[in-house]
Amino acid sequence: MNTTEKYSLAEMAIDHALRCGADQVSATIYENRSNDIEIRDQKIDSLKESNRSGLSINLYVNKKYSSHSTNRLKKEDLLKFIEEAVKATKFLAEDEFRALPDPELYYKGGGPDLQTFDPKLDTIDAKTKIDLAMNVLNEAYGKDERIISVSSYYSDSISSSVMVASNGFRGDSSNTRLSLTASVSMKGETGRPNDYWNENALFFDRLVRKDIGSKALERTRSKMNPKKLISGKYPVIVENRVSANLLYPIYQALTGSSLYQKQSFLIGKQNQKITSQLLSAVDDPLIPSGPGSRHFDDEGIAAVRRPIIENGILKSYYIDNYYGKKLGMKPNSGSSSNVICSTGNKNLKELIASVKKGVLITGFIGGNFNGSTGDFSYGIEGFYIENGGLVHPVNEMNITGNMNSFWLNLADLGNDFREGDSLRIPSLLFDNIDLSGK
Amino acid sequence: MNFNRREFIRISGITAAGSLIVPAVFQSCKPQVRLTNDAESYLSHFEVTRQQLEKVISAAMEKGADYADLFFEHTLENYSSLEDNKVNSAFSNVGYGVGIRVLKGDQTGYAYSEAITPEAMLKAARTAANIADSQSKFSPVNITEFTRPDYYPVVSSWEDTSVQQKIPYIQRLNDNIFSADKKVTRVNAVLGDTSSYILFYNSEGLLAWDYRPMVIFGGTCIMEQKGRIENYFAGKSFRMGSEFLTNQIVDEIAREAVEKTSMLFEAGMPKAGEMEVVMGAGDSGILLHEAIGHAFEADFNRKNLSIFADKMGKKVAEDFVNIVDDGTLKGKRGAINFDDEGNPSEKTRIVSNGTLSSFLHDRISAKYYNVKPTGNGRRQDFRNIPIPRMRCTYMENGPHKKEEIIASVKNGVYVDNFSNGEVNIGQGDFTFFVKFGYLIENGKLTRPVKDFNIIGNGPQALADMSMVADDLVITNGMWTCGKNGQGAPNSMGIPTVKIKKLTVGGTNA
Repeated sequence: MNTTEKYSLAEMAIDHALRCGADQVSATIYENRSNDIEIRDQKIDSLKESNRSGLSINLYVNKKYSSHSTNRLKKEDLLKFIEEAVKATKFLAEDEFRALPDPELYYKGGGPDLQTFDPKLDTIDAKTKIDLAMNVLNEAYGKDERIISVSSYYSDSISSSVMVASNGFRGDSSNTRLSLTASVSMKGETGRPNDYWNENALFFDRLVRKDIGSKALERTRSKMNPKKLISGKYPVIVENRVSANLLYPIYQALTGSSLYQKQSFLIGKQNQKITSQLLSAVDDPLIPSGPGSRHFDDEGIAAVRRPIIENGILKSYYIDNYYGKKLGMKPNSGSSSNVICSTGNKNLKELIASVKKGVLITGFIGGNFNGSTGDFSYGIEGFYIENGGLVHPVNEMNITGNMNSFWLNLADLGNDFREGDSLRIPSLLFDNIDLSGK
Repeated sequence: MNFNRREFIRISGITAAGSLIVPAVFQSCKPQVRLTNDAESYLSHFEVTRQQLEKVISAAMEKGADYADLFFEHTLENYSSLEDNKVNSAFSNVGYGVGIRVLKGDQTGYAYSEAITPEAMLKAARTAANIADSQSKFSPVNITEFTRPDYYPVVSSWEDTSVQQKIPYIQRLNDNIFSADKKVTRVNAVLGDTSSYILFYNSEGLLAWDYRPMVIFGGTCIMEQKGRIENYFAGKSFRMGSEFLTNQIVDEIAREAVEKTSMLFEAGMPKAGEMEVVMGAGDSGILLHEAIGHAFEADFNRKNLSIFADKMGKKVAEDFVNIVDDGTLKGKRGAINFDDEGNPSEKTRIVSNGTLSSFLHDRISAKYYNVKPTGNGRRQDFRNIPIPRMRCTYMENGPHKKEEIIASVKNGVYVDNFSNGEVNIGQGDFTFFVKFGYLIENGKLTRPVKDFNIIGNGPQALADMSMVADDLVITNGMWTCGKNGQGAPNSMGIPTVKIKKLTVGGTNA
């Protein structure tokens, strides 16, 4: 389907829903093509090709709301589906807050090209992709006699969608994504440590295609024979690759649904200090070639750059249309786009050098947080730091605390966020953190 | 991205559920006639003939593959949800298509089509066929029809159950929770049902079909007291039709939600460090799932990645430890009549009298180890490649008593309520997040504790399982396991057990 065909299918769906009795309707038609290649020990393990498409539709019928999706896009199937959906909606309870967004909030078009689509990707043949994966695998394969297995992965996707709303929104977007990953597993004395490295890009020519297998190998080698430390309070550095995990509970707590459902530890905290003043975070949907870049969100609301946290002060929440109405707050998009965090002056090595006795966290395993209270506890792995240098790998430990006080302990930030991530956050140093071990 | 790392098992709670909302009533796109249990009904449901199946399989095999299969799926999902005392939103989804898999040795080619037409199927078959690279002529094998057992009989199908019939039960859950405790300030509830039609055919001529129902029903209770807020999600899941809906099940869920949320106000964090851990009967089966189950999945062992890869036939636990993975328990969320590559479901003994006795196999690994498939080859849907997955994993009863186990602990924790877990297959580290438990001091349960992670090492924890009680409970929680980006429904169970030492997250003085 080209864009015009998608628009006409969306419009047909909307017209039919209105005819069946809906007052307001929005519909999205999406298409996605992807390839996944896995190579293991120089042999192709799996090749997978996906082609999917579908419709999702939101129905507002006499203040009653439902949403639906289907991948059966034949006209007669679709019309029947919509008819049934409108009928079913009538059985639900009324909800005065259900309506499409105010058209004032919609993206009106005319924005610059955000450079999220690479037309070249469609022309790359399977052999080139397999070779890319094979090359990064070969950076590690056979390079250490303790290696058990090396795998590499290539994946890409080409997505496009259009969205139409009956109160005046029309918008389309298209995206390409690629990633190249290597994973190495080795035989240690106490287990089979494994680690990986990956690179992501939106454009084929911009994909980093070297030093992936070698980094995975280096990381795995450094993890041989880990030990656990004595429980206690330590300074902790969280590596850039995983530091976003610690910001996730804050993001979750900032959404309109969490606020309304009282599953947020940040209710009523706007313009108050929620982290150390070192942290600032901006939601910026409009940066060129950002993985989260967009002109409008999934409700059609125009994307705007806005501060989330400024020098530790909470500036704004993530409010979608529905919960905005329920909370009496202006909708500003219920989901994050690209989040750009402040950075410091040190690279990871220099951060490590600044710690006398502490822990570098390079991975999280399991754990969770309580949205209402902010209490959290996660499994970790990483390295013990003494006198500014790494001493030995550590594993089988937990980090535990409360998000409210934890972020006040942020003592320094690295200068090392990863370009390819939609959450650009550097390595972070925290003081006085509870770890449990021996 | 996580590699070799099973991310979780997670309660599909309502928190995740801006998307997990609601409604229901759907018949399918075509007026639905309940299918009878025979091949012709399913063939006509998918508008395919036996001749077409043979033609598509032949195309899949034309590059010299060893094996190919076709997995047709038509799934209808409905969710109805409640917020602010009203069932006021609903969501439905239709998934329809055929996945085509081609195997050459242990290599896999995979493609799928969302249109089930002869042309689209042939195109997908030829794409998947490219995993092999020679030429060969395939002659279709005579079709054998799979005799389907009936591990999840349906009395009344979800497709014949309208949203009007569902709403009163969701409403009752809300009302029961609110009326039980004045501290309740919010309730969110969701009822979700799924009906899947499956038709399977492979290059060995096997033709199988199945109708797979599923229901999830649960609610989040939010209470406030003196400025403090706590929330707890209680829910249940079964492979059942709408006969599942009874006042009794609603009342059970409501009672759990209210009691547990209320108890959270009394609970704090434990002290950090290693200690004895008693895992209460029931959902503590998460220990088996994370610490042992994943590492027994044979893809990890075939690839030598699992810490258990060289332990087959070896003693891994005390004599009284017996662990099974069972797909045949009637109506359980983890039950399956046959797996997603046409192998019969079964009860697989993975640890027998303390000795590792079987891995959990898919077709590729069974061939690699030269054993009979165990019926664990499962896939999220027709868009995904089947891989070894657990079904209902539980431990059989042991010789001890629960009271005697608790009395034996000087300083430890008792836990029986969890939200999620994860494991690192290679290093063997596993975790589970404890939603609620108690400290054990001098043989007695004392202060309630909550919201902490426990981490341990799989082989060590198995060896450290020093007592097993005789009170096995297999639960009906809403467990979904994630692996390689695919979700699979699971059940689990365990009697009360004691582990000599695990690392408990908490605070330090």
